[in-house]
Amino acid sequence: MALLTTAQLRKSFGDVRAVDGVDFAVAEGEVLALIGSNGAGKTTLVNLISGLVAPDAGQIDFRGRDITALPVVERIRAGIARSFQIVNLFDLLSVRDNLALAIFAREGKSRRLTVLAEQDTAVREEAEAVLAQFGLQGKSTVAGGDLAQGERKLLDVAVAYALRPRLLLLDEPTSGVSTREKSAIMDVVTAVVRAGGISAVIIEHDMDVVFTYSDRIVVMHQGAILAQGTPEQIRRNAAVATTLLGAPAAGSPG
Amino acid sequence: MTTGGSVAGASLWGRVARLAPLLLVLLVLPWLIPPYQTILLSYGLAFAIAALAFNLLLGYTGLLSFGHSAYFGVGAYSVAFLVKYLHVASMELHLVGGIAASALVSLLFGLVCVRYTRIFFAMLTMALSQVLWSLAFKFYWVTGGTDGLRVSTPTLLGVVGGPAADKIGFLAHAYYYFVLVVFLLCVALLWLILHSPFGMALQAIRDNETRAEFVGIRVRRYRLLAFVLSGTFTGIAGALWAPLNGLVVPDILYWPFSGRIVFMTVLGGFRTFAGPIVGAVVFNYLETYAIGSTTYWQLVLGVVLVGLVLVMPAGIVGTLGRLLPRARRVG
Repeated sequence: MALLTTAQLRKSFGDVRAVDGVDFAVAEGEVLALIGSNGAGKTTLVNLISGLVAPDAGQIDFRGRDITALPVVERIRAGIARSFQIVNLFDLLSVRDNLALAIFAREGKSRRLTVLAEQDTAVREEAEAVLAQFGLQGKSTVAGGDLAQGERKLLDVAVAYALRPRLLLLDEPTSGVSTREKSAIMDVVTAVVRAGGISAVIIEHDMDVVFTYSDRIVVMHQGAILAQGTPEQIRRNAAVATTLLGAPAAGSPG
Repeated sequence: MTTGGSVAGASLWGRVARLAPLLLVLLVLPWLIPPYQTILLSYGLAFAIAALAFNLLLGYTGLLSFGHSAYFGVGAYSVAFLVKYLHVASMELHLVGGIAASALVSLLFGLVCVRYTRIFFAMLTMALSQVLWSLAFKFYWVTGGTDGLRVSTPTLLGVVGGPAADKIGFLAHAYYYFVLVVFLLCVALLWLILHSPFGMALQAIRDNETRAEFVGIRVRRYRLLAFVLSGTFTGIAGALWAPLNGLVVPDILYWPFSGRIVFMTVLGGFRTFAGPIVGAVVFNYLETYAIGSTTYWQLVLGVVLVGLVLVMPAGIVGTLGRLLPRARRVG
Protein backbone atom coordinates (compact mmCIF):
# COMPACT_ATOMS: atom_id res chain seq x y z
CA MET A 1 0.00 0.00 0.00
CA ALA A 2 1.29 3.43 -0.88
CA LEU A 3 2.39 5.56 2.05
CA LEU A 4 2.91 8.62 -0.08
CA THR A 5 1.71 9.50 -3.56
CA THR A 6 2.10 12.59 -5.67
CA ALA A 7 -0.22 13.33 -8.57
CA GLN A 8 0.85 15.54 -11.48
CA LEU A 9 3.18 17.48 -9.22
CA ARG A 10 4.69 20.54 -10.89
CA LYS A 11 7.22 23.17 -9.89
CA SER A 12 8.99 25.65 -12.15
CA PHE A 13 11.77 28.09 -11.35
CA GLY A 14 11.50 30.73 -14.05
CA ASP A 15 11.63 28.86 -17.36
CA VAL A 16 13.02 25.71 -15.82
CA ARG A 17 10.47 22.99 -15.15
CA ALA A 18 12.24 21.40 -12.19
CA VAL A 19 9.42 18.97 -11.49
CA ASP A 20 7.14 18.46 -14.45
CA GLY A 21 3.98 16.46 -13.77
CA VAL A 22 5.43 13.79 -11.52
CA ASP A 23 3.34 10.83 -10.30
CA PHE A 24 5.47 9.36 -7.59
CA ALA A 25 4.72 6.78 -4.93
CA VAL A 26 6.47 5.36 -1.91
CA ALA A 27 5.30 2.07 -0.43
CA GLU A 28 5.20 1.23 3.29
CA GLY A 29 8.59 0.16 4.56
CA GLU A 30 10.52 0.34 1.30
CA VAL A 31 13.95 1.84 0.76
CA LEU A 32 13.64 3.80 -2.44
CA ALA A 33 16.57 5.33 -4.27
CA LEU A 34 15.88 8.48 -6.24
CA ILE A 35 18.50 8.90 -8.94
CA GLY A 36 19.16 11.08 -11.94
CA SER A 37 21.75 13.50 -13.26
CA ASN A 38 22.23 16.95 -11.73
CA GLY A 39 19.19 19.12 -12.37
CA ALA A 40 16.89 16.15 -12.90
CA GLY A 41 14.55 17.45 -10.18
CA LYS A 42 15.32 14.99 -7.37
CA THR A 43 15.96 17.58 -4.69
CA THR A 44 13.04 19.71 -5.81
CA LEU A 45 10.75 16.68 -5.52
CA VAL A 46 12.01 16.06 -1.98
CA ASN A 47 11.62 19.77 -1.18
CA LEU A 48 8.01 19.64 -2.40
CA ILE A 49 7.20 16.57 -0.34
CA SER A 50 8.85 17.93 2.80
CA GLY A 51 7.19 21.33 2.41
CA LEU A 52 10.31 23.45 1.90
CA VAL A 53 8.84 24.73 -1.38
CA ALA A 54 5.22 24.87 -2.50
CA PRO A 55 4.18 23.22 -5.77
CA ASP A 56 2.71 25.17 -8.69
CA ALA A 57 0.21 22.39 -9.33
CA GLY A 58 -0.58 18.82 -8.36
CA GLN A 59 -1.33 17.03 -5.15
CA ILE A 60 0.59 15.21 -2.42
CA ASP A 61 -1.16 12.55 -0.35
CA PHE A 62 0.39 11.04 2.75
CA ARG A 63 -1.29 8.14 4.55
CA GLY A 64 -4.47 8.88 2.68
CA ARG A 65 -4.53 12.56 3.55
CA ASP A 66 -3.98 15.54 1.25
CA ILE A 67 -0.95 17.36 2.64
CA THR A 68 -0.27 19.63 -0.35
CA ALA A 69 -0.95 22.83 1.56
CA LEU A 70 0.27 21.72 4.98
CA PRO A 71 3.05 23.78 6.61
CA VAL A 72 6.36 22.09 7.44
CA VAL A 73 5.64 21.70 11.14
CA GLU A 74 2.37 19.89 10.40
CA ARG A 75 4.03 17.56 7.91
CA ILE A 76 6.60 16.58 10.53
CA ARG A 77 3.77 15.83 12.94
CA ALA A 78 2.12 13.73 10.24
CA GLY A 79 5.34 11.70 9.97
CA ILE A 80 7.63 13.15 7.29
CA ALA A 81 11.21 14.01 8.24
CA ARG A 82 14.19 14.88 6.09
CA SER A 83 17.91 15.48 6.03
CA PHE A 84 19.74 17.88 3.78
CA GLN A 85 22.29 17.56 1.00
CA ILE A 86 24.64 20.00 2.67
CA VAL A 87 24.90 18.93 6.29
CA ASN A 88 22.49 20.94 8.29
CA LEU A 89 23.16 20.66 11.99
CA PHE A 90 23.15 22.80 15.09
CA ASP A 91 26.89 23.32 15.20
CA LEU A 92 27.25 24.94 18.62
CA LEU A 93 24.98 22.45 20.38
CA SER A 94 26.45 19.20 21.60
CA VAL A 95 25.74 16.04 19.61
CA ARG A 96 23.35 14.88 22.32
CA ASP A 97 21.55 18.23 22.35
CA ASN A 98 21.11 18.05 18.58
CA LEU A 99 19.04 14.93 19.21
CA ALA A 100 17.44 16.13 22.45
CA LEU A 101 16.18 19.15 20.57
CA ALA A 102 14.41 16.94 18.02
CA ILE A 103 12.96 14.77 20.77
CA PHE A 104 11.70 17.78 22.75
CA ALA A 105 10.12 19.17 19.59
CA ARG A 106 8.48 15.82 18.79
CA GLU A 107 7.07 15.55 22.32
CA GLY A 108 5.80 19.12 22.23
CA LYS A 109 8.11 20.04 25.11
CA SER A 110 10.11 22.71 23.29
CA ARG A 111 8.00 25.50 24.67
CA ARG A 112 8.84 24.72 28.28
CA LEU A 113 11.00 27.50 29.58
CA THR A 114 11.08 26.94 33.31
CA VAL A 115 12.55 23.44 33.47
CA LEU A 116 16.14 22.44 32.85
CA ALA A 117 16.59 20.53 29.59
CA GLU A 118 19.35 18.46 31.20
CA GLN A 119 17.07 17.16 33.91
CA ASP A 120 14.75 15.37 31.51
CA THR A 121 16.34 11.95 31.89
CA ALA A 122 13.87 10.25 29.53
CA VAL A 123 14.87 12.56 26.70
CA ARG A 124 18.56 12.22 27.51
CA GLU A 125 18.37 8.44 27.57
CA GLU A 126 16.50 8.34 24.30
CA ALA A 127 19.07 10.67 22.74
CA GLU A 128 21.86 8.36 23.91
CA ALA A 129 19.98 5.34 22.56
CA VAL A 130 19.60 6.93 19.12
CA LEU A 131 23.28 7.88 19.14
CA ALA A 132 24.15 4.25 19.87
CA GLN A 133 21.96 3.09 16.98
CA PHE A 134 23.92 5.33 14.67
CA GLY A 135 27.29 4.34 16.08
CA LEU A 136 27.85 7.78 17.56
CA GLN A 137 28.01 6.74 21.21
CA GLY A 138 30.86 8.47 22.98
CA LYS A 139 30.35 11.62 20.93
CA SER A 140 27.46 13.01 23.01
CA THR A 141 29.29 16.00 24.44
CA VAL A 142 31.20 16.96 21.30
CA ALA A 143 29.84 20.06 19.56
CA GLY A 144 27.94 19.18 16.38
CA GLY A 145 30.28 21.39 14.37
CA ASP A 146 33.37 19.50 15.61
CA LEU A 147 32.41 16.12 14.19
CA ALA A 148 34.15 14.57 11.18
CA GLN A 149 32.23 14.75 7.91
CA GLY A 150 31.07 11.13 7.98
CA GLU A 151 29.81 11.51 11.56
CA ARG A 152 28.08 14.72 10.65
CA LYS A 153 26.21 12.96 7.84
CA LEU A 154 25.13 10.27 10.29
CA LEU A 155 24.02 12.77 12.93
CA ASP A 156 22.06 14.63 10.26
CA VAL A 157 20.07 11.45 9.56
CA ALA A 158 19.83 10.66 13.28
CA VAL A 159 18.21 14.04 14.00
CA ALA A 160 15.55 13.32 11.38
CA TYR A 161 15.14 9.75 12.65
CA ALA A 162 14.64 11.00 16.24
CA LEU A 163 11.42 12.64 15.07
CA ARG A 164 10.05 9.08 14.64
CA PRO A 165 8.86 9.61 11.08
CA ARG A 166 6.96 7.16 8.88
CA LEU A 167 8.79 8.55 5.86
CA LEU A 168 12.40 9.65 5.89
CA LEU A 169 13.65 11.78 3.00
CA LEU A 170 17.45 11.68 2.77
CA ASP A 171 19.10 14.06 0.32
CA GLU A 172 22.49 12.54 -0.51
CA PRO A 173 23.34 11.05 2.89
CA THR A 174 26.75 9.96 1.59
CA SER A 175 27.89 13.01 -0.37
CA GLY A 176 31.33 14.33 0.44
CA VAL A 177 32.67 11.23 2.18
CA SER A 178 35.11 8.55 1.04
CA THR A 179 33.89 5.39 -0.71
CA ARG A 180 34.62 3.27 2.31
CA GLU A 181 32.66 5.59 4.57
CA LYS A 182 29.73 5.54 2.15
CA SER A 183 29.08 1.85 2.79
CA ALA A 184 29.50 2.36 6.52
CA ILE A 185 26.91 5.15 6.51
CA MET A 186 24.48 3.26 4.28
CA ASP A 187 24.84 0.10 6.40
CA VAL A 188 23.83 2.01 9.52
CA VAL A 189 21.09 4.07 7.88
CA THR A 190 19.37 1.20 6.09
CA ALA A 191 19.64 -1.04 9.17
CA VAL A 192 17.97 1.57 11.37
CA VAL A 193 15.31 2.34 8.79
CA ARG A 194 14.45 -1.31 8.15
CA ALA A 195 14.39 -2.12 11.86
CA GLY A 196 11.89 0.69 12.41
CA GLY A 197 9.72 -0.22 9.41
CA ILE A 198 10.27 3.30 8.11
CA SER A 199 10.01 4.13 4.42
CA ALA A 200 13.04 5.95 3.09
CA VAL A 201 13.59 7.99 -0.05
CA ILE A 202 17.30 8.34 -0.62
CA ILE A 203 18.77 10.64 -3.24
CA GLU A 204 22.08 9.15 -4.30
CA HIS A 205 24.61 9.52 -7.08
CA ASP A 206 26.82 6.51 -6.42
CA MET A 207 25.30 3.70 -8.50
CA ASP A 208 27.05 0.98 -6.48
CA VAL A 209 25.38 2.31 -3.34
CA VAL A 210 22.04 2.55 -5.14
CA PHE A 211 22.11 -1.00 -6.48
CA THR A 212 23.34 -2.44 -3.16
CA TYR A 213 20.98 -0.83 -0.70
CA SER A 214 17.65 -0.02 -2.34
CA ASP A 215 14.51 -2.10 -2.83
CA ARG A 216 13.30 0.06 -5.67
CA ILE A 217 14.79 2.77 -7.86
CA VAL A 218 13.09 5.79 -9.41
CA VAL A 219 15.04 7.49 -12.17
CA MET A 220 14.34 11.15 -12.89
CA HIS A 221 15.33 13.04 -15.98
CA GLN A 222 14.52 16.68 -16.79
CA GLY A 223 11.84 16.95 -14.15
CA ALA A 224 10.01 13.76 -15.08
CA ILE A 225 10.20 10.12 -14.08
CA LEU A 226 12.14 8.27 -16.72
CA ALA A 227 11.93 4.79 -15.29
CA GLN A 228 11.25 2.92 -12.09
CA GLY A 229 11.66 -0.63 -10.89
CA THR A 230 13.84 -3.01 -8.95
CA PRO A 231 17.62 -2.57 -9.11
CA GLU A 232 17.72 -5.48 -11.56
CA GLN A 233 15.14 -3.90 -13.89
CA ILE A 234 16.88 -0.54 -13.81
CA ARG A 235 20.26 -2.12 -14.52
CA ARG A 236 18.82 -3.64 -17.70
CA ASN A 237 16.82 -0.58 -18.76
CA ALA A 238 18.21 0.76 -22.03
CA ALA A 239 16.79 4.29 -21.64
CA VAL A 240 18.36 4.61 -18.21
CA ALA A 241 21.65 3.33 -19.50
CA THR A 242 21.67 5.95 -22.24
CA THR A 243 20.67 9.00 -20.23
CA LEU A 244 22.23 8.26 -16.92
CA LEU A 245 25.05 5.80 -17.21
CA GLY A 246 26.33 7.31 -20.42
CA ALA A 247 26.20 4.07 -22.42
CA PRO A 248 25.30 4.43 -26.11
CA ALA A 249 21.73 3.50 -26.93
CA ALA A 250 21.33 0.19 -28.71
CA GLY A 251 21.66 0.61 -32.47
CA SER A 252 22.90 4.19 -32.39
CA PRO A 253 26.14 4.95 -34.18
CA GLY A 254 29.36 5.31 -32.19
CA MET B 1 26.49 12.54 33.77
CA THR B 2 29.34 14.15 31.86
CA THR B 3 31.08 17.47 31.57
CA GLY B 4 30.94 19.93 28.73
CA GLY B 5 27.72 21.25 27.27
CA SER B 6 25.27 22.19 29.93
CA VAL B 7 25.11 21.66 33.64
CA ALA B 8 23.26 18.68 35.03
CA GLY B 9 20.99 18.98 38.04
CA ALA B 10 23.49 17.65 40.53
CA SER B 11 26.20 20.11 39.62
CA LEU B 12 23.69 22.96 39.51
CA TRP B 13 23.92 23.36 43.28
CA GLY B 14 27.66 22.89 43.04
CA ARG B 15 27.75 25.84 40.72
CA VAL B 16 25.61 27.93 43.08
CA ALA B 17 27.93 26.95 45.94
CA ARG B 18 30.94 28.12 43.93
CA LEU B 19 29.23 31.48 43.52
CA ALA B 20 28.59 31.80 47.28
CA PRO B 21 31.82 33.73 48.06
CA LEU B 22 31.03 36.25 45.34
CA LEU B 23 27.51 36.58 46.70
CA LEU B 24 28.88 37.20 50.19
CA VAL B 25 31.15 39.95 48.86
CA LEU B 26 28.17 41.59 47.14
CA LEU B 27 26.22 41.42 50.41
CA VAL B 28 28.83 43.08 52.64
CA LEU B 29 30.18 45.51 50.04
CA PRO B 30 28.01 48.54 51.00
CA TRP B 31 29.54 48.42 54.50
CA LEU B 32 33.09 48.41 53.16
CA ILE B 33 33.13 50.90 50.29
CA PRO B 34 32.01 54.55 49.97
CA PRO B 35 28.34 55.17 49.05
CA TYR B 36 29.37 56.52 45.66
CA GLN B 37 31.00 53.19 44.79
CA THR B 38 27.95 51.23 45.91
CA ILE B 39 25.68 53.38 43.77
CA LEU B 40 28.04 52.90 40.84
CA LEU B 41 27.80 49.15 41.34
CA SER B 42 23.99 49.39 41.41
CA TYR B 43 24.12 51.06 38.00
CA GLY B 44 26.35 48.24 36.82
CA LEU B 45 23.93 45.57 38.09
CA ALA B 46 20.96 47.28 36.41
CA PHE B 47 22.88 47.48 33.12
CA ALA B 48 23.88 43.84 33.59
CA ILE B 49 20.21 42.79 33.53
CA ALA B 50 19.76 44.72 30.27
CA ALA B 51 22.89 43.18 28.73
CA LEU B 52 21.84 39.66 29.77
CA ALA B 53 18.39 40.23 28.30
CA PHE B 54 19.90 41.64 25.13
CA ASN B 55 22.15 38.59 24.86
CA LEU B 56 19.14 36.29 24.97
CA LEU B 57 18.59 37.62 21.46
CA LEU B 58 22.17 38.06 20.25
CA GLY B 59 24.05 35.16 21.79
CA TYR B 60 21.25 32.62 22.03
CA THR B 61 18.79 33.43 19.24
CA GLY B 62 21.25 34.96 16.76
CA LEU B 63 19.44 38.28 16.39
CA LEU B 64 21.34 41.56 16.71
CA SER B 65 18.95 44.16 18.09
CA PHE B 66 20.13 47.71 17.71
CA GLY B 67 17.09 49.11 19.45
CA HIS B 68 17.20 47.88 23.02
CA SER B 69 17.25 51.46 24.24
CA ALA B 70 13.50 51.32 23.50
CA TYR B 71 12.69 48.74 26.18
CA PHE B 72 15.13 50.16 28.71
CA GLY B 73 13.59 53.58 28.10
CA VAL B 74 10.03 52.29 28.32
CA GLY B 75 10.88 50.72 31.69
CA ALA B 76 12.40 53.97 32.93
CA TYR B 77 9.68 56.26 31.56
CA SER B 78 6.90 54.11 32.97
CA VAL B 79 8.44 54.67 36.43
CA ALA B 80 8.68 58.40 35.74
CA PHE B 81 5.04 58.52 34.56
CA LEU B 82 3.88 56.56 37.60
CA VAL B 83 5.65 59.08 39.84
CA LYS B 84 4.51 62.21 38.01
CA TYR B 85 0.95 61.36 37.02
CA LEU B 86 -0.19 58.73 39.51
CA HIS B 87 2.02 59.80 42.44
CA VAL B 88 3.05 56.22 43.03
CA ALA B 89 6.08 55.90 45.29
CA SER B 90 6.20 52.12 45.72
CA MET B 91 9.19 50.63 43.91
CA GLU B 92 7.41 47.28 43.66
CA LEU B 93 4.60 48.95 41.72
CA HIS B 94 7.18 50.73 39.60
CA LEU B 95 8.61 47.36 38.65
CA VAL B 96 5.17 45.97 37.83
CA GLY B 97 4.49 49.03 35.67
CA GLY B 98 7.86 48.74 33.94
CA ILE B 99 7.35 45.05 33.24
CA ALA B 100 3.84 45.55 31.85
CA ALA B 101 4.81 48.49 29.65
CA SER B 102 7.99 46.96 28.25
CA ALA B 103 6.26 43.63 27.64
CA LEU B 104 3.53 45.39 25.68
CA VAL B 105 5.92 47.54 23.64
CA SER B 106 8.28 44.62 22.92
CA LEU B 107 5.30 42.53 21.81
CA LEU B 108 4.18 45.25 19.38
CA PHE B 109 7.69 45.89 18.07
CA GLY B 110 8.50 42.18 18.04
CA LEU B 111 5.51 41.39 15.82
CA VAL B 112 7.08 43.68 13.22
CA CYS B 113 10.76 42.81 13.73
CA VAL B 114 10.84 39.00 13.97
CA ARG B 115 9.70 38.71 10.37
CA TYR B 116 13.26 39.68 9.46
CA THR B 117 16.76 38.63 10.44
CA ARG B 118 20.31 39.97 10.20
CA ILE B 119 20.77 43.57 9.06
CA PHE B 120 17.06 44.09 8.32
CA PHE B 121 16.20 43.06 11.86
CA ALA B 122 18.89 45.35 13.28
CA MET B 123 17.70 48.34 11.23
CA LEU B 124 14.04 47.79 12.11
CA THR B 125 14.70 47.53 15.83
CA MET B 126 16.76 50.69 15.63
CA ALA B 127 14.14 52.57 13.61
CA LEU B 128 11.40 51.66 16.08
CA SER B 129 13.50 52.77 19.04
CA GLN B 130 14.04 56.09 17.27
CA VAL B 131 10.28 56.50 16.99
CA LEU B 132 10.01 56.27 20.79
CA TRP B 133 12.91 58.67 21.20
CA SER B 134 11.26 61.26 18.95
CA LEU B 135 7.99 60.89 20.89
CA ALA B 136 9.79 61.48 24.20
CA PHE B 137 11.65 64.37 22.60
CA LYS B 138 8.69 66.14 20.96
CA PHE B 139 5.82 65.55 23.38
CA TYR B 140 7.52 67.66 26.01
CA TRP B 141 4.26 68.56 27.79
CA VAL B 142 3.94 64.87 28.67
CA THR B 143 7.53 63.72 28.84
CA GLY B 144 9.30 66.92 29.82
CA GLY B 145 11.24 66.79 26.56
CA THR B 146 14.99 67.17 27.00
CA ASP B 147 14.43 68.41 30.57
CA GLY B 148 13.23 64.92 31.36
CA LEU B 149 11.08 63.79 34.28
CA ARG B 150 12.25 63.67 37.88
CA VAL B 151 11.98 60.39 39.73
CA SER B 152 11.81 60.92 43.48
CA THR B 153 13.19 58.44 45.97
CA PRO B 154 10.79 55.46 46.00
CA THR B 155 9.66 53.41 48.98
CA LEU B 156 10.65 49.77 49.30
CA LEU B 157 8.02 47.34 50.68
CA GLY B 158 6.11 50.43 51.82
CA VAL B 159 8.50 51.18 54.69
CA VAL B 160 12.03 52.12 53.67
CA GLY B 161 12.83 55.22 51.65
CA GLY B 162 10.29 57.69 50.37
CA PRO B 163 10.78 61.27 49.24
CA ALA B 164 11.79 62.42 52.71
CA ALA B 165 14.59 59.88 53.17
CA ASP B 166 18.32 60.60 53.00
CA LYS B 167 18.78 59.94 49.30
CA ILE B 168 22.43 58.92 49.24
CA GLY B 169 22.10 56.66 52.26
CA PHE B 170 18.99 55.08 50.77
CA LEU B 171 20.55 54.45 47.38
CA ALA B 172 23.80 53.12 48.85
CA HIS B 173 22.13 50.65 51.17
CA ALA B 174 18.44 49.75 51.00
CA TYR B 175 18.12 50.39 47.29
CA TYR B 176 21.38 48.60 46.52
CA TYR B 177 20.01 45.47 48.20
CA PHE B 178 16.77 45.84 46.31
CA VAL B 179 18.66 46.06 43.02
CA LEU B 180 20.81 43.10 44.05
CA VAL B 181 17.79 40.92 44.82
CA VAL B 182 16.05 41.81 41.55
CA PHE B 183 19.33 41.26 39.71
CA LEU B 184 19.81 37.80 41.24
CA LEU B 185 16.21 36.86 40.45
CA CYS B 186 16.64 37.98 36.84
CA VAL B 187 19.94 36.09 36.50
CA ALA B 188 18.37 32.92 37.92
CA LEU B 189 15.31 33.21 35.66
CA LEU B 190 17.31 33.95 32.53
CA TRP B 191 19.72 31.12 33.31
CA LEU B 192 16.79 28.75 33.67
CA ILE B 193 15.14 29.95 30.47
CA LEU B 194 18.36 29.62 28.48
CA HIS B 195 18.94 26.09 29.77
CA SER B 196 15.36 24.94 29.24
CA PRO B 197 14.10 23.07 26.18
CA PHE B 198 12.92 26.48 24.96
CA GLY B 199 16.44 27.91 25.35
CA MET B 200 17.78 24.92 23.45
CA ALA B 201 15.30 25.62 20.65
CA LEU B 202 16.46 29.25 20.52
CA GLN B 203 20.06 28.12 20.11
CA ALA B 204 18.96 25.75 17.39
CA ILE B 205 17.29 28.65 15.58
CA ARG B 206 20.50 30.64 15.97
CA ASP B 207 22.65 27.83 14.54
CA ASN B 208 20.37 26.80 11.71
CA GLU B 209 16.97 28.32 11.14
CA THR B 210 15.91 26.00 8.32
CA ARG B 211 16.82 22.83 10.15
CA ALA B 212 15.12 24.09 13.31
CA GLU B 213 11.93 24.38 11.29
CA PHE B 214 12.49 20.84 10.02
CA VAL B 215 12.60 19.38 13.50
CA GLY B 216 9.21 20.96 14.06
CA ILE B 217 9.97 24.30 15.72
CA ARG B 218 7.78 27.24 14.74
CA VAL B 219 10.70 29.59 14.27
CA ARG B 220 8.87 32.88 14.10
CA ARG B 221 6.78 32.24 17.23
CA TYR B 222 9.87 31.28 19.19
CA ARG B 223 11.66 34.40 18.00
CA LEU B 224 8.73 36.52 19.07
CA LEU B 225 8.66 34.99 22.55
CA ALA B 226 12.44 35.50 22.82
CA PHE B 227 11.99 39.10 21.71
CA VAL B 228 9.28 39.79 24.30
CA LEU B 229 11.29 38.14 27.09
CA SER B 230 14.38 40.11 26.10
CA GLY B 231 12.46 43.39 25.93
CA THR B 232 10.70 42.79 29.24
CA PHE B 233 13.87 42.00 31.18
CA THR B 234 15.46 45.08 29.61
CA GLY B 235 12.45 47.04 30.85
CA ILE B 236 13.10 45.79 34.39
CA ALA B 237 16.64 47.14 34.08
CA GLY B 238 15.28 50.51 32.97
CA ALA B 239 12.82 50.63 35.87
CA LEU B 240 15.62 49.90 38.37
CA TRP B 241 17.82 52.52 36.76
CA ALA B 242 15.26 55.36 36.98
CA PRO B 243 15.43 55.99 40.79
CA LEU B 244 19.24 55.60 40.69
CA ASN B 245 19.55 58.34 38.13
CA GLY B 246 16.70 60.41 39.63
CA LEU B 247 15.96 61.83 36.21
CA VAL B 248 14.64 60.16 33.07
CA VAL B 249 15.70 61.88 29.86
CA PRO B 250 15.19 61.02 26.15
CA ASP B 251 18.90 60.09 25.90
CA ILE B 252 18.15 56.60 27.19
CA LEU B 253 15.82 56.04 24.23
CA TYR B 254 18.34 57.36 21.72
CA TRP B 255 20.21 54.85 19.54
CA PRO B 256 23.69 55.34 21.08
CA PHE B 257 22.27 53.88 24.27
CA SER B 258 21.39 50.73 22.31
CA GLY B 259 24.99 50.76 21.14
CA ARG B 260 26.14 50.82 24.76
CA ILE B 261 24.15 47.68 25.51
CA VAL B 262 25.74 46.01 22.49
CA PHE B 263 29.18 47.20 23.65
CA MET B 264 28.69 45.83 27.18
CA THR B 265 27.63 42.46 25.86
CA VAL B 266 30.46 42.14 23.37
CA LEU B 267 32.96 43.38 25.97
CA GLY B 268 31.98 40.61 28.36
CA GLY B 269 31.52 37.98 25.66
CA PHE B 270 28.24 37.12 23.99
CA ARG B 271 29.00 33.41 23.66
CA THR B 272 28.90 32.90 27.42
CA PHE B 273 26.07 33.27 29.89
CA ALA B 274 28.00 35.41 32.40
CA GLY B 275 29.77 37.53 29.78
CA PRO B 276 27.16 40.30 29.59
CA ILE B 277 27.10 40.67 33.40
CA VAL B 278 30.87 41.18 33.58
CA GLY B 279 30.79 43.36 30.47
CA ALA B 280 28.08 45.64 31.86
CA VAL B 281 29.77 46.16 35.23
CA VAL B 282 33.20 46.71 33.66
CA PHE B 283 31.78 49.04 31.00
CA ASN B 284 30.02 51.09 33.64
CA TYR B 285 33.26 51.63 35.57
CA LEU B 286 35.20 52.22 32.38
CA GLU B 287 32.79 54.85 31.15
CA THR B 288 32.43 56.57 34.51
CA TYR B 289 36.18 56.86 35.05
CA ALA B 290 36.88 57.76 31.43
CA ILE B 291 34.37 60.62 31.68
CA GLY B 292 35.86 61.66 35.01
CA SER B 293 39.46 61.69 33.88
CA THR B 294 39.44 63.10 30.37
CA THR B 295 37.32 65.14 28.03
CA TYR B 296 38.21 62.64 25.32
CA TRP B 297 36.40 59.82 27.05
CA GLN B 298 34.68 58.68 23.85
CA LEU B 299 38.15 58.20 22.38
CA VAL B 300 39.07 55.98 25.33
CA LEU B 301 35.96 53.85 24.82
CA GLY B 302 36.60 53.73 21.08
CA VAL B 303 40.15 52.50 21.56
CA VAL B 304 38.92 49.86 24.01
CA LEU B 305 36.32 48.70 21.50
CA VAL B 306 38.84 48.44 18.65
CA GLY B 307 41.32 46.65 20.90
CA LEU B 308 38.59 44.30 22.03
CA VAL B 309 37.61 43.31 18.52
CA LEU B 310 41.24 42.86 17.44
CA VAL B 311 42.71 41.16 20.50
CA MET B 312 39.89 39.31 22.23
CA PRO B 313 36.79 38.99 20.07
CA ALA B 314 35.44 36.42 22.53
CA GLY B 315 35.17 39.15 25.17
CA ILE B 316 36.45 39.11 28.74
CA VAL B 317 34.65 36.00 29.93
CA GLY B 318 35.08 34.17 26.64
CA THR B 319 38.82 34.83 26.64
CA LEU B 320 39.23 33.89 30.30
CA GLY B 321 37.28 30.72 29.66
CA ARG B 322 39.69 29.82 26.89
CA LEU B 323 42.75 30.61 28.99
CA LEU B 324 41.64 28.91 32.18
CA PRO B 325 42.08 25.15 32.17
CA ARG B 326 38.59 24.45 33.43
CA ALA B 327 36.99 26.13 30.47
CA ARG B 328 33.30 25.72 30.07
CA ARG B 329 31.41 26.06 26.83
CA VAL B 330 28.21 27.96 26.40
CA GLY B 331 25.04 25.92 26.43
